[in-house]
Amino acid sequence: MNVPAPNSTAPKLTGAEKIDVTITAIVPLNDLVTRFEFKRSDGSLFPTFSGGAHTVVEMQDGDRKRLNPYSLMSDPANRETFAISVRRDDEGRGGSLFMHNKVKIGDPMVISYPVNLFSLDLRARKHLFIAGGIGITPFLAQIKQLVRTNGNWELHYSCRNASLGSYVDELTQKYPHSVHIHYDDEKDFIDLENLLHGQPIGTHLYVCGPKGMIEWVRSTAGAAGWPTAHIHYEEFLAPKPGKPFAVRLAKSGVTVKVGAHESLLEAIERLGVEAPYLCRGGACGQCETDVIESDGAFMHRDHWLEDEEKALGVKIMPCVSRFEGKTLVLDR
Amino acid sequence: MNIQFNDETFRDDYSFKNSQRAIDRFPFPFHEDSYMYSVNMEQHQGGPVDSVYEKRFDVDEHYVSEMRDREMVLADDPLRCQSLPHMTLAGWDLLELIMVSKSEDYPELFELHRDGANWHWINKPLGINDRFVFMDDTTLPYGPMEYITRQTQGDFCVLDQREENLWMDAGIVTTQADWSLDFDIGMNFFEWHAPVPLAHEKGIFKRALKFLLNIQQGAPARRLNWTMTVNPLLDTSPENYHKWGVQKMSVTPQNLGEKQYLRVELQTFFRLPRSNALVFPIRCYLMSFKDIVSKAKWGRRLHRVVRDIPEELATYKGFIDNRPMMLDFLSRYDDGLATSFGVWPDSDTEPALSERTT
Repeated sequence: MNVPAPNSTAPKLTGAEKIDVTITAIVPLNDLVTRFEFKRSDGSLFPTFSGGAHTVVEMQDGDRKRLNPYSLMSDPANRETFAISVRRDDEGRGGSLFMHNKVKIGDPMVISYPVNLFSLDLRARKHLFIAGGIGITPFLAQIKQLVRTNGNWELHYSCRNASLGSYVDELTQKYPHSVHIHYDDEKDFIDLENLLHGQPIGTHLYVCGPKGMIEWVRSTAGAAGWPTAHIHYEEFLAPKPGKPFAVRLAKSGVTVKVGAHESLLEAIERLGVEAPYLCRGGACGQCETDVIESDGAFMHRDHWLEDEEKALGVKIMPCVSRFEGKTLVLDR
Repeated sequence: MNIQFNDETFRDDYSFKNSQRAIDRFPFPFHEDSYMYSVNMEQHQGGPVDSVYEKRFDVDEHYVSEMRDREMVLADDPLRCQSLPHMTLAGWDLLELIMVSKSEDYPELFELHRDGANWHWINKPLGINDRFVFMDDTTLPYGPMEYITRQTQGDFCVLDQREENLWMDAGIVTTQADWSLDFDIGMNFFEWHAPVPLAHEKGIFKRALKFLLNIQQGAPARRLNWTMTVNPLLDTSPENYHKWGVQKMSVTPQNLGEKQYLRVELQTFFRLPRSNALVFPIRCYLMSFKDIVSKAKWGRRLHRVVRDIPEELATYKGFIDNRPMMLDFLSRYDDGLATSFGVWPDSDTEPALSERTT
C-alpha cells in the first residue's frame, strides 16, 4: 500500500502535516495510565518513524481545541498502528482527562506526522536509558528500534510502586538482562554515580521523566565529566495556568485576552491567527515570537531561549510562557 | 510520459544537448532582474505539470548518460562516495524513499515489489533487475545509499542531525559546483559553508539551519541555487580542477553562446523516517547561454543579473574573469524592456526581442 501524499494545502510551518485516524483500542494499564491505539481512517499505512518521536494529538473538547504532544511508544516498524500512553493528570488543564474520560473506540481524531526531538545518536556504542514514570514511553519505541538493529542498550526505569509500573512486566520478560526496575516505595533508587562510572567509552545517556529527575541526571553526568553532546533529555512542559492577561498582536491588528487555563499560543490560535508550532512544550523553538512592546513581567518557562534572551524580554515562547502586567505587544 | 533518453557525454567531446522540451522546462533561477542570497525555501509538494518540480525525483532525457558519467567518476575516485558507519540506516531510508517515489511517479520506468523485507527492484532505463532483503547490507552489491544513488540523478548529502546542527556524514558527490565531499565529510553546517562570502554576515546560514532542523516527515522543502560552468561538465570538482579550470580560458566571443552554461541546482530536503537524518539531494541542470536567450525574458534578465551581481559573488561563483565577455554576448539580448515577475519564461506574453537601432 502507498502512503498518500500529505495535504499540501496545509499552512507552512504551522505544525507538522496531519493524519486522520480512528481510535481502535483503549487499554487501561493501571490506575493512572491508559494506552490509546490509532489506525488511519482511510485504511492506508502510517509512515515509519524513528524512536523518540512524538505526535501532536488534536482534541475537540466541546468548543475548545486542545493540541497535546505524546511520545509514540509503538514499534516504529509497525505501520498499521500508532500507539500513545497517556498518564491522567487530575490537576492538569484537561487534555489527559479528555483522553481518559471522553475518547471512545471508533472515535475519529486528528494527529500530526511524527516529529522527533529526542532522537537516538546513532554513533553511540551503547545507549543508556534512564526513565521515570510516564517518561518510559519514548524509550519503548527506541528499544524496539534498537532490538531490530542489534543495538547495545540498557534501561533503568524508576516507578513509584509496582502497581503503577507501566510496561514493567513486558520489559522484564522480554529483556531480563537489559532492563532494571527501581520502585520508590521499596526505597530502591538508581545508583547513578556507580552506573555512569561503569559505562564504556562512547556511551550516550538519555533521560526522560519528571523535571527533578532530568536535572539530577544531567548534573550528575556533567559532574562526572560526561560531554554534553552525550547527554540527551526530553521534557515536554504542559502549559501552566495563570492569571488572565491581554496581548496585542501587531501584524494581525487584534487584541486577545488569554484565559487563566489557556496558553498564549492557544489564545492566538483561537483568534484564527496563524502561528508556527511543533512541540507545544517549550522545547523545539518553532513558536519563538518577537516582543514589540511590554510593560510587566514575563513568566518564561521554556527550555529554548537563553537566559540572557529571557532577561531582555524581547522574545517569548507562547506555547508555555505567560505574562503579567499592563501591556504586551507581539510581532504576530 | 515517454522520455527519449539521450546518448551523450559530459566530458571530452561534450556531446550533451538540451531538447526543446528540456529548454522549456529548465529551472531558470532568477525571479527578478537582480540576485542576492536568500533562504528562498518552499515546500516540495509537486509543481506545474512537466516542470522539474512536479515529481519528488525528476527523471529527464539526460538520466542514462548522467549515470554513465557518475560511474566513470567513481571508478577514477572512489572517495566521491562515503558513508560514516552510523549512517547506514539513513542509507536504507534513502533507498526506500527513492524506490517508492520513482516507482509511484514513473511506473513505466521503475517497479518496486515488496513482500515483507524481500524487495524486487526493476529499473528499466538502466536494465537493472535486483532482488534483495531490505535492511540487509549483504544482499546488495553496494551499500544502500551508493546502490540507489548510482541510479538517481543529482548529488546526495545525507546529514546527521544532532546538537542542534547538521553533519555531513554521508554522501555521493560527482556533479558538484566545485566542492569536495572528501574534504567536507564529518563537518557541520557552518563548517562546510565557511567559504561562502557575504551570506554569513547576513545571518543567512543561521536562519537556513533553523529551517532545515525543523523540516519534518511528510513535508519536504526545496530551493534553487546556481553558478556558471564552461562546457557541459558535470564533474566540476576541486579534485579535478586541473582538468576543467583551464577550460574557462577556451571561451571566445565567437563560441561563448555554445560553451558558457548556466548551472542550476534544484536542492531538495527530506526528513528520513528511521534515522531522523536529513537528505539533501542537489540536482544539476545545465543550459547554454544560446539556449537561454531563446526565451526573450530569460535573455533580458540574465544580462541584468550578470551585469549587476556584486564582485564577491562573481568571484566566488568563478566567472569574474569572463564576465565582460559574457556581458558582450548577453547585452545583444537585452533591449531594455521590462520583464514580468517570476521565473517562468512567459513565452506567450513577453514581447520578442526588439530590433536594435544601433
